[in-house]
Amino acid sequence: MAEEETQVIVGLEVHCQLDTKSKLFCGCSTDYRSDGPNTHVCPICLGLPGAMPALNKRAIEYAMKVAKALNCEIVNESEFSRKNYFYPDLDKAYQITQYDKPLAEGGYLEIESDAGGEKKIRLTRIHVEEDPGRLVHMGNVERGKYSLVDYNRAGVPLIEIVSEPDMRSPKEARKFLNKLRATLEYLSVFDSEKEGSLRVDANISIKGHERVEVKNITSYKGVEKALTFEVTRQKNLIRRGQRIERETRHFLEGRGVTQSARSKEQEHDYRYFPEPDLRPLRVKSWVDGIVLPELPDARRERFMAQYGCSLNHARTLTGDLKLANFFEKVVSSDPKGLSPLASTWIADTLIGELNYRDMGLDPVDPESIAALVRLLKAGTITDKSGVEVLRVMLDQRLKKEKTETPDAIVTRLGLTKTTGDTGAIAAAIEEAINDNPKALEDYRNGEGKAINFLVGQVMKKTRGKADPAELNRMLNEALKKRGA
Amino acid sequence: MVTEQDVQHIAELADVGIGKEELEDFTHQFNAILEYFDILDRVEGQGAAARDLYNVLREDEVEPSLPQEEVLRNAPAQEDGFIKAPRVM
Amino acid sequence: MPAQTIIFEPDDKYNAFLKVCNKPSHTNGKLAGITVAVKDNISTSGIETTCASKILKGYVPPYDAHVVGLVKQAGAAIAGKTNMDEFGMGTTTENSAFGPTLNPRDTGRVPGGSSGGSAAAVAAGMVRMALGTDTGGSIRCPAAFCGIVGLKPTYGRVSRYGLIAYANSLEQIGPMGKTVSDVSTLMGVIAGYDRHDSTSQNKPYDHIPRADIKGLKIGIPAEYFGKGVDPQVAAVVKKAIGRLEELGASTVPCSIPSMEYALAAYYVTCTCEASSNLARFDGVRYGPAADTKKSWHDAYQEVRSAAFGTEVRRRIMLGTFALSSGYYGKYYSKAQVARENVRKDFQRIFQEVDVIAGPTMPTIAFRLKEKSDPLSMYLADILTVPANLAGIPAISVPCGKSEGMPVGLQIMGRHFEDERVVDVAYAYEQAVN
Repeated sequence: MAEEETQVIVGLEVHCQLDTKSKLFCGCSTDYRSDGPNTHVCPICLGLPGAMPALNKRAIEYAMKVAKALNCEIVNESEFSRKNYFYPDLDKAYQITQYDKPLAEGGYLEIESDAGGEKKIRLTRIHVEEDPGRLVHMGNVERGKYSLVDYNRAGVPLIEIVSEPDMRSPKEARKFLNKLRATLEYLSVFDSEKEGSLRVDANISIKGHERVEVKNITSYKGVEKALTFEVTRQKNLIRRGQRIERETRHFLEGRGVTQSARSKEQEHDYRYFPEPDLRPLRVKSWVDGIVLPELPDARRERFMAQYGCSLNHARTLTGDLKLANFFEKVVSSDPKGLSPLASTWIADTLIGELNYRDMGLDPVDPESIAALVRLLKAGTITDKSGVEVLRVMLDQRLKKEKTETPDAIVTRLGLTKTTGDTGAIAAAIEEAINDNPKALEDYRNGEGKAINFLVGQVMKKTRGKADPAELNRMLNEALKKRGA
Repeated sequence: MVTEQDVQHIAELADVGIGKEELEDFTHQFNAILEYFDILDRVEGQGAAARDLYNVLREDEVEPSLPQEEVLRNAPAQEDGFIKAPRVM
Repeated sequence: MPAQTIIFEPDDKYNAFLKVCNKPSHTNGKLAGITVAVKDNISTSGIETTCASKILKGYVPPYDAHVVGLVKQAGAAIAGKTNMDEFGMGTTTENSAFGPTLNPRDTGRVPGGSSGGSAAAVAAGMVRMALGTDTGGSIRCPAAFCGIVGLKPTYGRVSRYGLIAYANSLEQIGPMGKTVSDVSTLMGVIAGYDRHDSTSQNKPYDHIPRADIKGLKIGIPAEYFGKGVDPQVAAVVKKAIGRLEELGASTVPCSIPSMEYALAAYYVTCTCEASSNLARFDGVRYGPAADTKKSWHDAYQEVRSAAFGTEVRRRIMLGTFALSSGYYGKYYSKAQVARENVRKDFQRIFQEVDVIAGPTMPTIAFRLKEKSDPLSMYLADILTVPANLAGIPAISVPCGKSEGMPVGLQIMGRHFEDERVVDVAYAYEQAVN
């Protein structure tokens, strides 16, 4: 198939919980995650007969902040509607949401495109709605299945951000989501670390074919996975000459596959109509009063200008609010001196080691990393030793052991660079050459690469402490002496 | 004109159930009422209902929730603090 | 204030009460020791609240409706919960799952509805005052049929928080009593702003009725005396209006052209809202148990078909249909335009007159089981629904008899001029008694 015939088209609907103190329509606390089921509910969010919604002002302010940051237009008049459907997690059998009069329309978010460079992903709208409760599936086929409902989550404010179908690959979808998450966190309206705080529905099609909606994606990685699965599935169908059904599919996170929703579930007729117990919003004029903080793009530019970060490092560092703050704390004592080393050590090494351990940034304190960077900058330890020190630091934190400062680790492990201790290096060089006559032979025959092998051997013998520049100079001299 | 099938479909959409014995009566009455509603076709004018109130909002303040036993008191079936509901899978 | 208890053991021959509180406690205040009956669609903490429906049998709210809290604070004794048409859907109180209420004036007749239990309890002298609710005439109709006074306040004047919604955009809680003074007193207790009801307005009612109506201009809409209105009822009401003229008021003929489709607009709006409001009754959080072994739609259908009455299911289905894909524009949207036209008609008339007067109901109370066809029953609401569509205050005050049964005079006023309709009713009441 030619490339243009397999053009992937992706649009996303992203639901994010807004980080308000109380729920969207009642005073129940949104801080329910560590408490028992049905302990954060009241007549309103339990949908008891006679209870009425009262709209949380901060939720609207937060949604408007997001709208402004994403370049959307606040509409003159917006309104809440009821979306009617039956499901046990939906306490009133309707969800109060926005339908034909959403809070904001238009807008865009810039991401790094697959081709490189910036790309605008257009947004359709942003609206505010309430989260349903949470269902637990119980029982089995023999003894009967049933559900258990916890309404603690019911009524937590959500914003739904709907994009235009402007993404061209699962990877772009992931980048959009990451950029969106970063933006929401910079605005202090969203906490991505709270379980279930983000949910995504994705529309995906191959150009010229029917569109498939994948519902129920609950993680950042899940979006790319689900879409990659769909691209393969849809391309295979096309290749076999089969039709792609226009349908809704569910993403099964554990198995990494999508599965067709049963046809009955797809027959929705939500019977929207304006919520009679709430009054419309006319808040467009509030937008001028909203002061936005520095957003990821601006901070990226500043990191490049102020700290001399490369584009890639700046992108990584500012792509996560915590990481960006962490970096600035690390270099705060000596921005000019520490930034060049700190940006690569944080953006590349630290992130890599954290990911390897499936570990978050929280347990790591900027002061320790600053101390490590200072050791590297002063030439006290080699890069190789630096990695070793970092690994010890992270492992101690991961295992919740007593932590040591980088200096203490260096002393305990004897990792101080052996600059000037030419005796030890010379001895290691002699040993390496004697143990590997083949390498010496190769080098004599003009194979320059052989020297790299010998450097590695010497490093191993000195446990990485040898100063690379000194080692190189001495190894060259030793080889010359042997007539190479 | 709505048919008995239409009425059956609406009963399902509304989850109210409808017995075979009721279907004929319901359909007949439905049609009489809908025919009366047709008078609305003659209505002219602008739809936007005038509202006297806008931006009715409350401050983001936490208020006490109900005790769990109050939440569960009216529920016909419960288990470990959860409310028991029909299966969806 | 220390709480006191009274003994309340009424001889409820009319099935006015669904639940009687035999030893209600009360405190001191404006209503100290006065028995107040509460319609069973108004939530009462710790007292079963069923809306006269099997689907809420056994449901005990953990909270008081805003108005119930106010009535208690004023020192009243909550005497019990009164019978009604299931969820307020009816004009006779025959649609109660727990048997009809009988009209104390003639037990072969209905008390009107849907607040028939509240009206009968007051008319029979079992309680001094009662709370009713009025979605399309549900306070005024039984007040007229039972010969008592009932006020539907301006929309937004009384909090609906805790009122089990039937049609949110139309209904109000209101006072019922034997005299205009009692109705006015109870109104003074329940009116005012409530932050829990986003449609409520800060317009407290602090008023003592005054009988002086000299110079008042009364609009007499032709539609209130036209086709469908019993000539005898019309004659009684005309005579009553004559009495108001004798008191110094003048009458101005007027017309409400939008009445042609007001009833259709009303029924579309209320059934649409009801279909959504009543969806939550699924046997999961309260009410009779849904079978948890079944799939959810099957379990819900089973509970809802067994526990909702026929009229309730009919209105849920009508609303579901009217909101369903492809019909929204034909029904719901059009009904809102019609409603706006009704509002504009009233606005125009109220530029020239202070109040509008006419019969509350087109006939006297029906005999039990007289109305079996739903559409003919709906048509009986034609004179009361315009006030709900427009959100204006309207009161029904007894104004004589036809065939030995009470007839109600209806006075409608401008938005938030509840005081004025009360004064006109008071002036009439004082003049004839």
